[in-house]
Amino acid sequence: MAKTFQRPRAMFEAHTHYCPGCTHGIIHRLVAETIDELEIRGRTVGIAPVGCAVMAYNYIDCDFQEAAHGRAPAMATGIKRVRPDLVVFTYQGDGDLASIGMGEIVHAANRGEKFTTIFVNNAIYGMTGGQMAPTTMPNQRTTTSPFGRKTEEVGMPIRVAELLASLVTPGYITRQTVIGPKYVQKAKRAIRQAFQYQLEKRCFSLVEVVSTCPTNWGMTPQEAIHWAEEVLLPYYPLGDLKTPHDQSKEKPCKVK
Amino acid sequence: MQSEVMFAGFGGQGILLSGKILAHAAMEEGYEVAWIPSYGPEMRGGTAYCLVVISDRPIGSPIIKNPKHLVAMNRPSLDKFANAIKPGGVILTNASLIPGDSGRSDVDELRVPAGDIAAEAGSPKAANIVALSAFVARSGLVSLDTLRHCVEDEFSKRPNLIPLNLKAMEAGIAAAKKS
Amino acid sequence: MSKVLMKGNEAIAEAAIRAGCLNYFAYPITPQSEVAEYLSWRLPEVNGVFLQGESEVAVGYMIFGAAGAGVRVFTTSSSPGISLMSEAISYLCGAQLPAVFVNIMRGGPGLGGILPSQADYFQATKGIGHGDCRLLVMAPASVQEAVEMVMTAFPLAEKYRNPVMILGDGLIGQMMEPVSFPDQLKTEPSNKDDWASNGMDHRKRDKRNLVRSLFLDPEQLNNNNLALRAKYERMKQEEVRFEAYNTQGDYSVLMVSYGTMSRVCKTAADMLKAEGIEVGLIRPQTLFPYPEMAVREAARKSSCRAVLSIEMSMGQMVEDVERSVQGARPVQWYGKCGGDVPTPEEIIDLVKRTLSPM
Repeated sequence: MAKTFQRPRAMFEAHTHYCPGCTHGIIHRLVAETIDELEIRGRTVGIAPVGCAVMAYNYIDCDFQEAAHGRAPAMATGIKRVRPDLVVFTYQGDGDLASIGMGEIVHAANRGEKFTTIFVNNAIYGMTGGQMAPTTMPNQRTTTSPFGRKTEEVGMPIRVAELLASLVTPGYITRQTVIGPKYVQKAKRAIRQAFQYQLEKRCFSLVEVVSTCPTNWGMTPQEAIHWAEEVLLPYYPLGDLKTPHDQSKEKPCKVK
Repeated sequence: MQSEVMFAGFGGQGILLSGKILAHAAMEEGYEVAWIPSYGPEMRGGTAYCLVVISDRPIGSPIIKNPKHLVAMNRPSLDKFANAIKPGGVILTNASLIPGDSGRSDVDELRVPAGDIAAEAGSPKAANIVALSAFVARSGLVSLDTLRHCVEDEFSKRPNLIPLNLKAMEAGIAAAKKS
Repeated sequence: MSKVLMKGNEAIAEAAIRAGCLNYFAYPITPQSEVAEYLSWRLPEVNGVFLQGESEVAVGYMIFGAAGAGVRVFTTSSSPGISLMSEAISYLCGAQLPAVFVNIMRGGPGLGGILPSQADYFQATKGIGHGDCRLLVMAPASVQEAVEMVMTAFPLAEKYRNPVMILGDGLIGQMMEPVSFPDQLKTEPSNKDDWASNGMDHRKRDKRNLVRSLFLDPEQLNNNNLALRAKYERMKQEEVRFEAYNTQGDYSVLMVSYGTMSRVCKTAADMLKAEGIEVGLIRPQTLFPYPEMAVREAARKSSCRAVLSIEMSMGQMVEDVERSVQGARPVQWYGKCGGDVPTPEEIIDLVKRTLSPM
């Protein structure tokens, strides 16, 4: 009997260190399935962040580099520029990418670096124990916003996908989620599309994945999924924000 | 034997280039050379100067308190460096921009209206080449043939400028002989 | 081998290419921006990679990524920029990646100034980043020596799988001198398949490589640090380089000085000799590893009455001189660090003052 569902070749047989109800495992799997389907394991280099996914290389079986906090896009740039034949992806959380690493991701996207970023947004710092992130929702309680995020003091949550989509340089910027089977299928297609654009040397590609953190949100996995649907998704709407097919409205600048 | 030449003037007068051409010529003649620029904000239009050290043995300190010679393209440069020059050295002043003299009696002072001569030769921008050539003709630090070759080499990427600069060079040499 | 007249910064840029390094990432900063300007047109000529990064922080990690992918790579910066790169340098040391960093020093602290300085001695030799990391540090005293050190730096970085730093002052970068590019210093990059994340297909192996500095297990981390320490000890055995000047005969004072400052000291020694005063000079060419034995032996010469550490910093290298001399002779510091390089005349006065009360 043919197997219809099995562990992707690009995943190690391992128990993850992630909490119950965490979505990192699903996203890891989608990346690994994509690597299998595109048959690129032998030329893929992943870059692990600082954050809960710091040891993503223990689960995804391809070459990896471990980044400093926020610097994965700079490292990916370094690799991709000197070895354009390699397939490079960064896997970053919202503290890593949207706070300490905001400069690196904006400039990498703006240069149109031909790598792929998987951006896991769960509106909180996970690994360091539930501190406020740039993506934390208004009034959301965290260990560093015990009275709730006060937007008059720290501003509104940053919509990373919209911010990057505003760059004039062509790119593929999409927001997905994996909090239910119907979403997972779409997220998979987006991740595959992002790698596909990289393989075609088309553009920078980023898939933001709205995720849950039951542990640091102080919820059960089920409650976390509901909260993500009711609170996060209205503020972080799903869908493609930019594709390389979009016609630029910018007139070309004349430089003497 | 070691000689040092201070080239000084406004940014934009081609000061650094004059020094570079001299350093190149001295290198071609087998000397050890070092070219030390002023750099930073001064380069953006303020005063610019560079020091060229020419020696028949490896150059130790590139930092010279009392250079042997001075090529001053504007008044502030003359004021700044005139008293530092060693007795017996050459001080060339650009008489087009500097009314007086250095006030030194123990140096070989040469007043050359480099700006005017260059304008006559075709462009006031070549004043640096006029001054450099006059200085070399007077000091004899390198041969004029070598200098000519190095001027040509310097402008080899913009060959249309070569005739103008060679003309400026000859005019500079002539001026040195007159004064 | 014909000589060309080149600015230090441009010669450093060309030397890297001649050494076989075709990958460069950088961020502009005075007084070394000519390196980037030169390579921005020169690297495309040789099908190399040139990229101006958005900050020195990012550049540090572009270097990490490229070095981790197994290519020769280098960057250049100046003091404040090196501070920003120092985090990445620590990561490079931890992950054991070879790369070359050139620091054309300017005065500090803070924004400081843009004129020549040697005030990053501690940073380069002792405190380049967090954790137990060290760099092999070479200090050129001429444009020609800068060329040779850059060309040597790449194979050394690969030999030790560790970053190497060329520590020059602003004058080394800005000065023009005649240079030649020695053919014999061109080297082939080493095979990096055992550790680089250069793709399994590329190395024809089905086992992935992991480039990292994270070791959560205390024993593993300790082992990594022991491996690094063993490399640094090996550098001390194999890579010490220095020049001894006027140390054959007797001398009453020993000067220790490096880089541009050492040239001034040489001239001062020559001028003092003409007056009948003999002064020796030890010029460290590597600052880490430091030529401890050479300084110690030269200081212990019976004619030598005092040792002077002469530096364009406020008493940094003097600590290594003291450590080397081990109390055998009095050690004094002399220096300036505002951008003015001390003149030979100042050094002559210093030597005479040092000798007069004795």
